[in-house]
Amino acid sequence: MSVAEFVAMGGYGFYVWGSYAACALAIAAEIVMVRARLAAARRAAGNREPSQ
Amino acid sequence: MNWFRFASPASFFPLAARLTPWFGGAAAVFAAAGLYLGLIAAPTDAQQGDAYRIIFVHVATAWMSMFIYLVMAFWCAMSLMFNARLAAMMAQALAPTGALFTALALITGALWGKPTWGTYWAWDARMTSELILLFLYFGYMALRQAIDEPRRADRASALLALVGAVNVPIIYFSVKWWNTLHQGASVSLTSAPTMAAVMLAGMLLMALAAWFYSIAIALTRVRAVILERERHAGWAGEVALAAKAAR
Repeated sequence: MSVAEFVAMGGYGFYVWGSYAACALAIAAEIVMVRARLAAARRAAGNREPSQ
Repeated sequence: MNWFRFASPASFFPLAARLTPWFGGAAAVFAAAGLYLGLIAAPTDAQQGDAYRIIFVHVATAWMSMFIYLVMAFWCAMSLMFNARLAAMMAQALAPTGALFTALALITGALWGKPTWGTYWAWDARMTSELILLFLYFGYMALRQAIDEPRRADRASALLALVGAVNVPIIYFSVKWWNTLHQGASVSLTSAPTMAAVMLAGMLLMALAAWFYSIAIALTRVRAVILERERHAGWAGEVALAAKAAR
């Protein structure tokens, strides 16, 4: 199987790669957003004097 | 070992941090194996051509969309019954990932529907009930956002999540109860799978990858939620200081 055939997916390339790309993008975005949220929460917790 | 110790957010926080890389690593390994089987090793389908390869992401995301909702509803029930903070935080941490997988199940389903049925969307029972699942996740998150006091938000959103749980069996059995455009289950506990072994293996590996990914991302998000909600407790400041010292 050549690379061009692999990309073409028997004429269904748009649908197959569209599905995989949507999943990859969504998961990558979620990882970035959750890491940013955790970092922000850490900063917010640290920028304050521990109570008591 | 006293497992109830981990019901306290302060002691669960470091445990979640330790476990996350293992679940994330397992997700990456299973995804790599599943993608290899699904995109390279599995042969082209006689009827659908290569369009069927969408199954490897569609089934994994659709299963997760329903399963995460059930887990979320379970934590909501725990939070209502035992008035447990951490249980409510777990539900809060799962909802966005559940919504994401629901959206992906709908998107990959649409992209699979067009070449095989000739349409991106139909108002059939399976698709409509899955769309309702997406709205239930959105409703749960919006209700949380709308209530300022976290413990009140926990109770109100838990109730919504529990009532909405009735939708999950409706989604699952919709292909049996109604005459849907969507096909019936390819895999069930009671009968032999109706697909080739290599395809089945690829699908199950992708489902496992989605499982472990969901655990890893939810454990990370729950840590953020714990810090956001417990920052007024002394220990949260100590976690932040320790993180700063480690850098």
